[in-house]
Amino acid sequence: MRSLIDILDFSVEELNELIGVANDIIANPGAYSEKCKGKKLATLFFEPSTRTRLSFEAAMLELGGSVLGFSEANSSSAAKGESVADTAKTISCYADIIAMRHPKEGAPLVASQNASIPVINAGDGGHNHPTQTLADLLTISREKGGFNNLTVGFCGDLKFGRTVHSLITALSRYEGLNVVLISPEELKLPSYVKKDVLAKNNIPYKQTTDLESVMPELDILYMTRVQRERFFNEEDYLRLKDSYVLEPKKLKNAKKDLCIMHPLPRVNEISVAVDSDPRACYFKQVLNGKYIRMALILKLLEEAKK
Amino acid sequence: MNIDSITNGFVIDHITAGRGMRIYELLGLDNLDCSVAIIKNVTSKKLGKKDIIKIDADIDIDFDVIGYVDPGITINIIRDCKRVEKLTVSLPEKLINVIKCKNPRCITSTEQEINHIFKLTDKEKAEYRCLYCETKAQ
Repeated sequence: MRSLIDILDFSVEELNELIGVANDIIANPGAYSEKCKGKKLATLFFEPSTRTRLSFEAAMLELGGSVLGFSEANSSSAAKGESVADTAKTISCYADIIAMRHPKEGAPLVASQNASIPVINAGDGGHNHPTQTLADLLTISREKGGFNNLTVGFCGDLKFGRTVHSLITALSRYEGLNVVLISPEELKLPSYVKKDVLAKNNIPYKQTTDLESVMPELDILYMTRVQRERFFNEEDYLRLKDSYVLEPKKLKNAKKDLCIMHPLPRVNEISVAVDSDPRACYFKQVLNGKYIRMALILKLLEEAKK
Repeated sequence: MNIDSITNGFVIDHITAGRGMRIYELLGLDNLDCSVAIIKNVTSKKLGKKDIIKIDADIDIDFDVIGYVDPGITINIIRDCKRVEKLTVSLPEKLINVIKCKNPRCITSTEQEINHIFKLTDKEKAEYRCLYCETKAQ
């Protein structure tokens, strides 16, 4: 059974196919409004989420399907001690496809090993969040016309930011990528990502703590939030949370066609004043996330038929 | 000290001294009915000291796992009291329940029924990562 657990589960050709379908959905939404009629998506969210869960639900509803599920572990059998494997087997009896978010890394993989229906990883702790990466890729593709020869700056929490790790991994398969890593010392990109992804693929990268100094080089600026839930120590969170705040004055030397992205939710790392800048793409990312999830649900349900 | 030679079976040689019992456990040799000898601290020209395990039965054993614990090991296959083949071990592609994931955020830390599976990610550096959370084995 085909699932999406890690962005590398899909080849570049398959990602291009998904982007193509998503673009077609955007152009012809009516043609897809009954594609999933009679199908059910189970959203199993063991960790709170607004955006991702509602995006999946909206995606399935716009395809003419229906949704069921829960939005926190306390309202599921997990609170009674049920294993992820048993939950996956049970839900396979009720639904046609699962979207799962879980605080423990690898939980969606366990679900996919036990479910008889496709499983989509909707975020597993600080590990992977492949559908956010799909949303990011669709946004980059639509804003930049492709993926080759881009200088991409990642700013903020690069240590725990799973969206950053996944996007770097996904972009590493395209030509001409330059990466700029902007973070406080304590939140630098883990060395295994630098070694296994950047160095292994000969991708040039530089690290800095100064956002403004590298701003003129960037085609894409990917901002991230310092996530309270990833810290064991509240003091560390409070010390680092305001490391970078993007304000209009900091964009003075940025390219005119810079694309500012953020996986959202933001706290204060992008000032609201930036929202009206035409280079702000983060709400487009949200919308693109729904379209690419529609394309993904269609693909996985289609493959499940085979 | 005399240990009888074996007729048909295996001699696991060049085990790093002190690791004999670990190999014995990993291969599940305690479940066998045949004669099994663990000889510890044998004098070795190459290693100084080594452990040896002799298994007096022609049985099917998955030796891959010991490549992770002790890659210098050699396995001698004995038929009719003669060595017919000498094998060296290589790093296994997968380790199942040999080592445990130490990442407290990994699903294996809370769900006891899940096998601890590590996959070989870098052969040259003998690097293994957890299948679930990709944390490097320590």
